[in-house]
Formats: sequence, C-alpha cells, structure tokens
Amino acid sequence: MIPLSWYLLFAAALFGIGLYGALARRNAVAALMGVELMLNAVAINLLAFWRYLDPGRMNGQVFAAVLFAVAAAETAVGLALIISLYRLRRTVLPEEADLMRG
Amino acid sequence: MTADQILFLVFAILGLGLAAASVALRNLVRAAFALIGCLFAVAALYALLEASLFVVAQAAVYVGAIAVLIVLVVMLTRRELREKATQTHRYAPLAAVLAALITAGLAAGLSRFASFARTMPALPPDDMVIRLGDALVDPSGFLIPFEAVSVMLLSVLIGAVFVAGGTRPGRGKG
Repeated sequence: MIPLSWYLLFAAALFGIGLYGALARRNAVAALMGVELMLNAVAINLLAFWRYLDPGRMNGQVFAAVLFAVAAAETAVGLALIISLYRLRRTVLPEEADLMRG
Repeated sequence: MTADQILFLVFAILGLGLAAASVALRNLVRAAFALIGCLFAVAALYALLEASLFVVAQAAVYVGAIAVLIVLVVMLTRRELREKATQTHRYAPLAAVLAALITAGLAAGLSRFASFARTMPALPPDDMVIRLGDALVDPSGFLIPFEAVSVMLLSVLIGAVFVAGGTRPGRGKG
C-alpha cells in the first residue's frame, strides 16, 4: 500500500519545481507553465487528502474540480494577455513590458 | 514492495523528471511537450488514487486544452523566442533557493501532520463519479460553488477572447 506521505512529498517537490519555473524563466509562456505545475501539485494534494482522510464525503473532489476550472481560466487569461502583449510590443518577455515604468 | 508502490515510483519519478525538463529546457516547444508528459504522469497518479473522473479530466482539460493552448501560443510567438539568449533572468539562483526552501518547509510541515503515514482506506461501495455528480447539483451540497465556477469560467473565457482579439493591426492600437 502507498502511504499518504508519498503523495504529499511528490506534490511538494512538484510545487517547488513549478515555483522555480514561474519565478526564474524570462519568458511569460514558460512562467505560465510553471504555474500549471504548481496547480497540479495542489490538485494531487486535494485528491490525496480526499482519498486517505475522508473518502466518504465529496469535499476534496469538488475542490479539485473547482481547481481544474480555475486553472483553465488562469491559462486562458494568461495566454490572452501574452498574445495581446505580443501584438502591441512584439515580445513575450514581461521585463520588456515597461509602458508604465516611471 | 508491492505493485502499486512500484507504479507510483515509476510515475512519480517520470513526472518529476519531465517537470524539471519543462522548467529547464531552452527550447519552449520541447518544454511544452515535457509539460504534457508530466501532466500524463500526474493523471496516472490520479488513477492510483482511484479518482477516475480526474484521470479523464486531466487528459481532456490539461492535455487536451491547456497544453494545446500553450503549444499554440509558443508557435504564434516563435520568432521572439530567441533560443540563443538566456532563458532565465538574473534572479534565477534566488528563485531556486526560494523554491528549495519552500519545498523543504512544506515537507517538514507536512511530516508533522498526524495522518502523514496513513495507508489508503477502502472506498465506499457506491460509484464515486455518481456521488460527485450528485454533490455538485445538490442545493444543500455544492450547487452554488459549482454554478459560481461555471459563470466565472464563462466570463473569463469571453474576457480572454476580448483581450486576445481586441487589438487587430488594421484597427490601430486599441
């Protein structure tokens, strides 16, 4: 049998990798991919807690379903902003989006 | 070591390796495909958790929609990718330290959790997908959060179309 700790440690490692990707990459699309990894780590945690602690109630699964919808919304808005930025400035690097820099 | 433990380790190592590849690879198209592989490995872990609906949802929503969207945007903005240029900015070591610290903190905090080493209890005998569907449309269950998320997703997608399509070159900058 797989103990709960394996899932939690896997999710923590995946979250760390995603956080590094979101913070360190210069490209906005790559940063968004890091955020996707972080959201996946959270979904694993939610489903693992549902399965191990309270499989009789649906709270964990409903949370995970809501998280999927939020992840889809986040990606759609993020990529739309990237396309809009690319049309305006011909760049996908957030550091070059400096219209509002004083 | 039992069969499910071996399966878990295979998919966990695969998932972490592909996740590391997707944040480390210079070529964004390759990074996007590594992300797709990682999402499939996570779907396999959902299968080991017996969350059958989420295996399908992961394949359909993440791999089918989000990953395709990412690949599409990578292709659309390909001229600007500049593979020769460095892909991380100058604070990347700081980001690595921060990510390692947060991972270690999460692991340390979770290992003090009382149910940390708990093994998997038996599922109730009835069908979990049916119970999830019932819970989502039950007014005393999760009907209102479900509807709120539906409205949010619809409005966000309409907004995304507006943002992405609102600045056509022929109409000037808008």
